[in-house]
Amino acid sequence: MTDQYELRCRECGKTWGNAPRSFCEDCFSPLEVAYDYDSLKKIVRRENLAARDFNMWRYSELLPLPEDFAGPNAVGGTPLVASRKLAAKWGLKNLYFKNDAVCFPSLSFKDRVVATALAAARRFKFTTVGCSSTGNLANAVAAQAAQQGFDACVFIPADLEPAKVLNTAVYGARIVRINGNYDHVNRLCAQIADRFQWGLVNVNLRPYYSEGSKTHGYEIAEQLGWTLPDNVVVPMAGGSLITKIAKAFRELVTLGWVEAKPVKFFGAQATGCSPISDGVKRNLQRFEPQKPNTIARSLAIGNPADGPYAIKLIRESGGWAEDVSDPQIVDAIKLLAETEGIFTETAGGVTAGVTQKLIGQNRIKPEETTVVCITGNGLKTTDAIAAEFPAAEAIAPRLDAFEAYLDAQLSTTAAGARA
Amino acid sequence: MPVIIEIPTAFRRFTNGAPKVDCSAATVAEALNELTARFPDLSRHVRDDQGQIRQFLNVYLNEEDIRFLGGESCCLKEGDRVLLVPSIAGGSE
Repeated sequence: MTDQYELRCRECGKTWGNAPRSFCEDCFSPLEVAYDYDSLKKIVRRENLAARDFNMWRYSELLPLPEDFAGPNAVGGTPLVASRKLAAKWGLKNLYFKNDAVCFPSLSFKDRVVATALAAARRFKFTTVGCSSTGNLANAVAAQAAQQGFDACVFIPADLEPAKVLNTAVYGARIVRINGNYDHVNRLCAQIADRFQWGLVNVNLRPYYSEGSKTHGYEIAEQLGWTLPDNVVVPMAGGSLITKIAKAFRELVTLGWVEAKPVKFFGAQATGCSPISDGVKRNLQRFEPQKPNTIARSLAIGNPADGPYAIKLIRESGGWAEDVSDPQIVDAIKLLAETEGIFTETAGGVTAGVTQKLIGQNRIKPEETTVVCITGNGLKTTDAIAAEFPAAEAIAPRLDAFEAYLDAQLSTTAAGARA
Repeated sequence: MPVIIEIPTAFRRFTNGAPKVDCSAATVAEALNELTARFPDLSRHVRDDQGQIRQFLNVYLNEEDIRFLGGESCCLKEGDRVLLVPSIAGGSE
C-alpha cells in the first residue's frame, strides 16, 4: 500500500512526496500534508473507532504515519470538561474546556505534535531529534525521545522558567541555552537544520509535526457527540494549532463524520506578545513582528510562522482575536482553578482571560456551544503566580493553637466582610 | 560597503552552490538588489510581484530581523552579514 498522504505547498500547490522538508523549493512557501480523502473514506469509517482506545492513535488513518506504525505512547485522549460554575458566572449555557493540561506523557498538547513528528523521524531514519522551544515542546521531545531511543538536543531561550528546563533535563536530553528570545532560537534552528542531518521536529519535520495538532480537534468533535462547536478559543504562539483544529474539522466534514456547520475561530494572545491578534484587529495582510514581553512565555513568539494563516482563518470564520495583560492572565489562571479545578499554565490563563473578554464584547453568545482549549499544565509555570500565595504562618500541633488560629481567621474574615 | 550575504542551502542552486556572496552595498535593499542582479533566477524567490520581500522569507542583519530595523532601507556597515532564512520553523508554544 502506498502512502495516502504527501507534502504539498500551501501557496503554489506543488507536491513533494514525503521527505524531511518544510518549505517548497520552488516558491519557498510552507508545506503541509495533503491526503487522498477518497481513499481514506474507503479505508476507515467512524464506526471503526469505537473499538479503539481513547487516545490520539484512534485517528491514525488521518495522520501522516508510516505503514504498520504502532503508537508507542497513549498520547492525547484528554477530557472535554463541561463547565458548570464558570459557565454560570459568564452566563453561557454550553461551555467546555478541552484540557490538554493532562496530556501524556509531558502535560501539554505538544505531546501530540511530537508523537507524529517522531513517527516521521523514525521513517526518515534520523537518530537525533530536537527542537527550538519555549519549554513545552522541549519537554515533549525529551520525554518521547527517551522512551523511543532517539538522542535529543533541544534549543531554548536562556531565560526560560526553571520548571520547564528541569522537565526537559530529567529525561537526559541535551539542552542548549541561547542568549536571545525564542525568535533568535528559532532562526538558529533553521540554520542548524540546514547544516546537520537532525530531525528538528518544528523545523524540517514541521509538516508532520503540526498534523498531530489535528487530534485535539478530532477529540473535541467526538466528545461533543460527533458535532462541531459554534466557537473555539485557541491560544496562539506560532499560530499553528488554530489552523490545524480548523483542518481537523474540515476533514471530519469531508469524511462525512460530522455535519458541516460554521465554526467561529477565536485566537488568544498575551498583550505583551500579540502579533497575530494585532493583525486580526487591524486587518493586516502581513502581521508586524514584535519583541515579546510577557509572563506567558510559552506564547512568546514575536514572529509567528503560521501567523498569516491564523489571521486569514480567524477573519474568514467570523471569529476574532484578543489579548490580555499579565495581571489578567494571573487572574484567569486563578479563576479557572477556583471554579473548574483546572490548574493551567500562563498560556491557559491567556485563553481563559481572552474568553472572558470576548464574552464581554458579545462575540461569544450565551446559547452557543463554546470550547476553550487549555494546552498546558500550571505546575510548569508556578513562578508566574507564586507571589499570589504567600506561605501562611505555622502553628503549634495543639488543639488550642488551632482554635486560636480559627478565631483569628474568622475575625479577619468578618472584618473583611464588614469592610 | 563590503558585506556578506549568507545563502541558505535551498537557494544555492541559484548561486552556483555558493553559501556566501560578497557584495558592496549601503543598505539591505541594495545588497538584495545586487544579489538578484548577479543571480537573476533568485529574483522571484526574494521578492514578490509587488517587489516586496516574500512573506515567508525572513531577512536578518547580523542578529536582528530587518523589520525591527526599519525594513530593507536599513544601513550596512563594513563586515555586516545579511542572512536569508526561509520562515519555516516556529509554533513552539
